[in-house]
Amino acid sequence: MALSREQMAQRVARELQDGFYVNLGIGIPTLVANYVPEGMEVMLQSENGLLGMGAFPTEDTIDADMINAGKQTVTARTGASIFSSAESFAMIRGGHIDLTVLGAFEVDVAGNIASWMVPGKLVKGMGGAMDLVAGAENIIVTMTHASKNGESKLLERCSLPLTGAGCIKRVLTDLAYLEISDGAFILKERAPGVSVEEIIEKTAGKLIVPDHVPEMQFA
Amino acid sequence: MAGFDKRVNSYAEAMAGLSDGMTVIAGGFGLCGIPENLIAEIKRVGARDLTVVSNNCGVDGFGLGVLLEDRQIRKMIASYVGENALFEKQLLSGELEVELTPQGTLAEKMRAGGAGIPAFFTATGVGTPVAEGKETRQFNGRDYLMETAIVGDFAIVKGWKADWYGNVIYRHTAQNFNPLAAAAGKITVVEVEEIVAPGELEPTQIHTPGIYVDRVILGQFEKRIEQRTVRC
Repeated sequence: MALSREQMAQRVARELQDGFYVNLGIGIPTLVANYVPEGMEVMLQSENGLLGMGAFPTEDTIDADMINAGKQTVTARTGASIFSSAESFAMIRGGHIDLTVLGAFEVDVAGNIASWMVPGKLVKGMGGAMDLVAGAENIIVTMTHASKNGESKLLERCSLPLTGAGCIKRVLTDLAYLEISDGAFILKERAPGVSVEEIIEKTAGKLIVPDHVPEMQFA
Repeated sequence: MAGFDKRVNSYAEAMAGLSDGMTVIAGGFGLCGIPENLIAEIKRVGARDLTVVSNNCGVDGFGLGVLLEDRQIRKMIASYVGENALFEKQLLSGELEVELTPQGTLAEKMRAGGAGIPAFFTATGVGTPVAEGKETRQFNGRDYLMETAIVGDFAIVKGWKADWYGNVIYRHTAQNFNPLAAAAGKITVVEVEEIVAPGELEPTQIHTPGIYVDRVILGQFEKRIEQRTVRC
């Protein structure tokens, strides 16, 4: 079985470490916040200028001046700080974020990522994604392994305009967890009940399959 | 009278001097912390062929979106413009030009503009369409793009509190691009929820020192919420 969105978030959450400053993109990455392990403290950065994003507000505490990068109303947790967009991207570009999680349309064996533009369709903009991938050392991309038409999103070379070049080392899809190294995807884990053959079939870029590929475990 | 007293009493006074073809930098992120009344005044004045620099372009009927209704914007410099059907229509028909700029680069272009730095190098956008036509240089073995600063003929800013001297404090995440815009305007206009006498704001808490600010006006704000999300 392919992983659900919640399971993908759960799997990413295992990469969190106590004391991490983390930027979570829109979609599945946002769900990671729900799976921070008990007793672990992480600080979520929202690129509109908030470090220490808290839960959504209640009806009584909703405040138009308190939003996240997805433009959702949020709260600030204890110990949060709020600052300008220039300060926010100084943190991001300056490599101060410990982990960045974001979605993508395509990733390739060179660590290139395409996530913002499909030629012929209306281009809405890259927002902060280009800064995030350029600035972070530790990035996890979350996406489905193949499109709805069954076309692989893990490619030899991205076909869409890039968001960043050579910056992605780790990808979690609904079928597998992979690392990118020396011009190939390396299959590290597979989703429960998903065969290595299916992953091979749905990976267009060069794939290295170790002798043993453990199955992800979920409680 | 005068001295450092930056207060003005009408929006007409606040935007006096705005004319066709000018570049206007606006603070705000989405609809959060946007100078909504100053934008409405630009619509009322009817200045055209504007280049507008802002992270987003509002929504249909609110924020910078209202300037599209009478086609006042010729060029938009922004990082994300997806919330606006009229924007899409004018872009596809060629009436509107857009320069999509990575959010951090946009922030730094404004910051540099205000700080007297004509250009800077960033790794953001290397190897992407953003790099097209831009100078690239290597530092410590990594490629960086040269990005140029932005200065506005006007900067329009939304603050929380200001004193007569134009010292400004922003509220929560309504800060965003506002202090950067404030420093990057040849004429900087700040609208706020409260104006206080000099001395009432704690000097160490000021976000935008009054030296950057030319005019301050007291406003009433709708503060529309784009994505109302609550805990269940």
